[in-house]
Amino acid sequence: MQTAVILLIPFISALAALFIPRKHGKKFAVATSLLALVAAVITFINFPVNNGDYQYVINEPWIQSLGINFHIGIDGISMLMVLLTTFLTPLIILSVVVSETRTPVFYALILFMEAALIGVFVSLDGFLFYIFWELALIPIYFICLLWGGEHRAKVTLKFFIYTLAGSLFMLVALVILYLHTPGSHTFDIQALYQAGRMLDPRLQGFLFLFFFLAFGIKMPVFPLHTWQPDTYTEAPTQGTMLLAGIMLKMGIYGVIRWMLPAVPQGIQQYGDLVLWLSIIGVVYASIIAITRSDIKRLIAYSSIAHVGLIAAGIFAYRSGSMNSQGIQGAIIQMLSHGVNVVGLFFVVDIIQRRTNTRKIGSLGGLRLKAPFFATAFLILTLGAVALPLTDGFVGEFLLINGIYIYKPALAVLGGLTIILGAVYMLRMYQRVALGETSRETENFLDLTPNEKAVLIPLLIMVILIGVCPNIFLKVSEPAVAKLLSGF
Amino acid sequence: MTQIAYLIPLFPLVGFLILGLLNKRLSKSVAGIIGCGALLASFCIALGIFMNMNGQPVEIMVAPWISAGSFSANFAFLLDPLSSIFLLIITGVGFLIHVYSVGYMHDDENHNIYFSYLNLFVFFMLMLVMGSSYILMFVGWEGVGLCSYLLIGFWFKNKAYNDAAKKAFIMNRIGDLGFLIGMILIFKTFGTTDYLKVFAGVNGFDSTSGVLTAITLLLFVGAMGKSAQIPLYTWLPDAMAGPTPVSALIHAATMVTAGIYMVARSGVLYALSPVSMTVVAITGLITALFAATIALTQNDIKKVLAYSTVSQLGYMFLGLGVGAFSASVFHVMTHAFFKALLFLAAGSVIHGLSGEQDIRKMGGLKKSMPVTYMTFLLATLAIAGVPPFSGFFSKDEILGAAYSASPVYWVIGVVTAMMTAFYMFRLLFLVFFGEFRGDHSIHAHESPKVMTIPLMILAVLSTIGGFIGIPKSLGGGNAIEKFLEPVFKNAESQPSLAGGSEAPEIVLMVITVALAAVSIWYAYKKYIQNKEVPAAEGTKLPALQNTLYHKYYVDEIYSAIITKPLDKISGFLESIVESKFIDNIVNKIGALVEWIGGWLRQLQTGNVDFYLFAMVVGIVLMLFFKMM
Repeated sequence: MQTAVILLIPFISALAALFIPRKHGKKFAVATSLLALVAAVITFINFPVNNGDYQYVINEPWIQSLGINFHIGIDGISMLMVLLTTFLTPLIILSVVVSETRTPVFYALILFMEAALIGVFVSLDGFLFYIFWELALIPIYFICLLWGGEHRAKVTLKFFIYTLAGSLFMLVALVILYLHTPGSHTFDIQALYQAGRMLDPRLQGFLFLFFFLAFGIKMPVFPLHTWQPDTYTEAPTQGTMLLAGIMLKMGIYGVIRWMLPAVPQGIQQYGDLVLWLSIIGVVYASIIAITRSDIKRLIAYSSIAHVGLIAAGIFAYRSGSMNSQGIQGAIIQMLSHGVNVVGLFFVVDIIQRRTNTRKIGSLGGLRLKAPFFATAFLILTLGAVALPLTDGFVGEFLLINGIYIYKPALAVLGGLTIILGAVYMLRMYQRVALGETSRETENFLDLTPNEKAVLIPLLIMVILIGVCPNIFLKVSEPAVAKLLSGF
Repeated sequence: MTQIAYLIPLFPLVGFLILGLLNKRLSKSVAGIIGCGALLASFCIALGIFMNMNGQPVEIMVAPWISAGSFSANFAFLLDPLSSIFLLIITGVGFLIHVYSVGYMHDDENHNIYFSYLNLFVFFMLMLVMGSSYILMFVGWEGVGLCSYLLIGFWFKNKAYNDAAKKAFIMNRIGDLGFLIGMILIFKTFGTTDYLKVFAGVNGFDSTSGVLTAITLLLFVGAMGKSAQIPLYTWLPDAMAGPTPVSALIHAATMVTAGIYMVARSGVLYALSPVSMTVVAITGLITALFAATIALTQNDIKKVLAYSTVSQLGYMFLGLGVGAFSASVFHVMTHAFFKALLFLAAGSVIHGLSGEQDIRKMGGLKKSMPVTYMTFLLATLAIAGVPPFSGFFSKDEILGAAYSASPVYWVIGVVTAMMTAFYMFRLLFLVFFGEFRGDHSIHAHESPKVMTIPLMILAVLSTIGGFIGIPKSLGGGNAIEKFLEPVFKNAESQPSLAGGSEAPEIVLMVITVALAAVSIWYAYKKYIQNKEVPAAEGTKLPALQNTLYHKYYVDEIYSAIITKPLDKISGFLESIVESKFIDNIVNKIGALVEWIGGWLRQLQTGNVDFYLFAMVVGIVLMLFFKMM
């Protein structure tokens, strides 16, 4: 029941938003997305923490002849993803400023996106999962295409084709799994798991790579990442927030939910390859971030680095080691990354709206003009560089720990992120917020109430996840344990 | 008393929150009272705990923090003689420096933020020494790094200051990666990072264990960063960009001694790893000597003190490396007194001269700043190792232990001590004696009472602080060693630390003191009798002196081999690898698909028969595939 409610609220709101008068569009979208958040929080509070099973399951026949069911449910991992989605969406909607007149369609697309994302996180049927996966691409495509920067058409098309191509490989993998289910075939998740595990190791290896193409492009993992910096930079702020804050988690979630359990032999063959790629991505993107002059691009590269570490933490898992820290680290880091990156992109948005530039060299002295803004920026920066007692630390520590248990040398390489992260983030903070003001920043105004309403909840989360991570970890722990025991 | 120990870090944390959130809504005097009051309250509790310390470690669980899989960490504190001494130093010296800051920072527009940072620093420093596990130490460890960053760059309009702050943070992070990996290895080896459990678990290891060597070396990388040892020391002299009380508190008395605390805390692990002990001792020794040579030629009053701090920290590591754990902790304490005093007195001079830091433009301040002069003199005597001032006892104990380990250590240590005596008296003479050489429009004045009273208290401590560690050879009871014995007895009883010759203590002591006296005499002759003044900027110096003056060009070397290449690689990756290579391949694949698509389009002939044929072939292939 709860699952359906959380899924339906944004879906219905998205449709309703189309009929709302233009001037009430934002209010309506904020209100309905808050409603979804309330539903998610209530579910979260009541969520049984000692149980790794799916809760609130709905399993209705849909296309019976093909063994496709409308099968949804929430376990601890899904719960946290749903919570992240419903927490960030109202803030993303709220981040639209009054001066940027956005049509109701814009809000409808965001709400539709929210619904699709939640659908991805709660689907327990392979076909349904694929449907939601592709549905999520449509609204973001239009958001980027219609409201993006000047090169949006070319960049968005590349993004669309790239991720769509990846998804097709996933579809092929799902269909092959489906064809190996017994009897009259089904897309049920457990049946697909079982079918996958029965396959001969070589085929599992191929399917692993097919899934990896879809999920790896979405995250993105090096070297499948080249669509990302352009897309993040060209997309409107809300689009970037949706992409980086939530959408890339689809890829990571897909790995945890669909890829690892279904083709466990795959990781034995190609695990090292993808682990290396992930770690290379961490270092590669971090080094590129150091000299970026566009702050939006800089954060885009930092996101590749952070996601690389998350992927590495997951791929460092090997059956039998019974170490769930890497996966738990990946999950908590998905929350932290979502919070930090949405906050940072909002900071960029504020800067760009006030100064008409994102060039690091034209900025400076914002702390003089806008102390509250600078403090918020600093706290988000600290979260991004994983200072203990901020959100970034818990995940990064658990991830590096998990990688270390598998391959110490890779943990050291991946651990370079704590040095390089400080290099590029502090450089950015210094050049933007400290020093003397420039021509562009001399009239910079501090945060408006609307901007505070977006940033304060994010800042609270930065500290809350950092100080009380167990609130979240304990929800996903049994589900992770169950997932791993199935290998 | 121990039940309320959690209040010790809580007071400064609350102070930080109040000051940080209310900021300018509080008047400066209220902010000062909150900032200082938080420290005083913590100090009182720390004192109570110290008084009641019976040698037994007490663990206090506050709340769970992280649990994931087999890993768990709690917010929990460990009180034992070692942490209780550090608590006293941090809250006691910290309180005096807070009070002093009320005067020093009085006219700063960001006065309240300053106090909030200072309180936050103390909170993290207390976490560092009170935490009951390595991961909690790491929380404090990185937290103090943040506060150091914020306070070095406190005057954030100045680019050079911001650069110094960033450099400090990044260099510390290099060390922190070592610490982090070391901590993970501890977890992997012992299944926990709690001190008591880890130390109980070492019984299964002997001194040939490679794991313990790896752990201790990795942790020591962290110490090199935090405690400014070669090769990660260059941030500390630059850190002098911060307000002078910050230099006293963070970059002299407390934070930079975190590395010493960490090694002392992990004494059992280090004692079981002779390789690491040797690395610690030699790193400390070389750093002590190296930094002292640089201090000989510096002309910025704070830079001299900064290199002196690096050098003294080197001494402490030497002590640790030769197994004299309690002597090193003793030196941490006396150093906290006299070095905090030196910085605060230097701050008083800078304050009195409206910001002047160049000793070539000082001189003759004895008359106009009598309290500052007297207190600076006492601290100089203490650091120079003149008996019976505090530094004499603690340094002497380290040198004695160094002699037992190897006479070579002792010789280098004594040479360093001579240099220390020389550069400190050079500083004293150039600042307070002779004629005023600065801008005569500045009228040097003594600082207000709120600044001089902390100086006087620290001067008393610098003078008599050594008496708690009078060695047996001088008829003392060495109270501090006895107090710390329960902490170190396991480590110090390790067979790898036994052996070495018994040092002829009295003889060594006499030699050291005599050589220090020679140095002082030489400085007197050079700067008082011959009235020498260091050459002005731009003067051609002899090669050796020039190298020292430019700090062996280490900053330039680091820039050339690390910073600049990294920027180059960054640009190369973005402009060549990223766009010309990876993205190009992606685009080519896209183009290829388009081309194939164009070719396949020709199959769309509109001929229904052909379509049927293709369908049948497809179905046959699918069936074939399935049957396989």
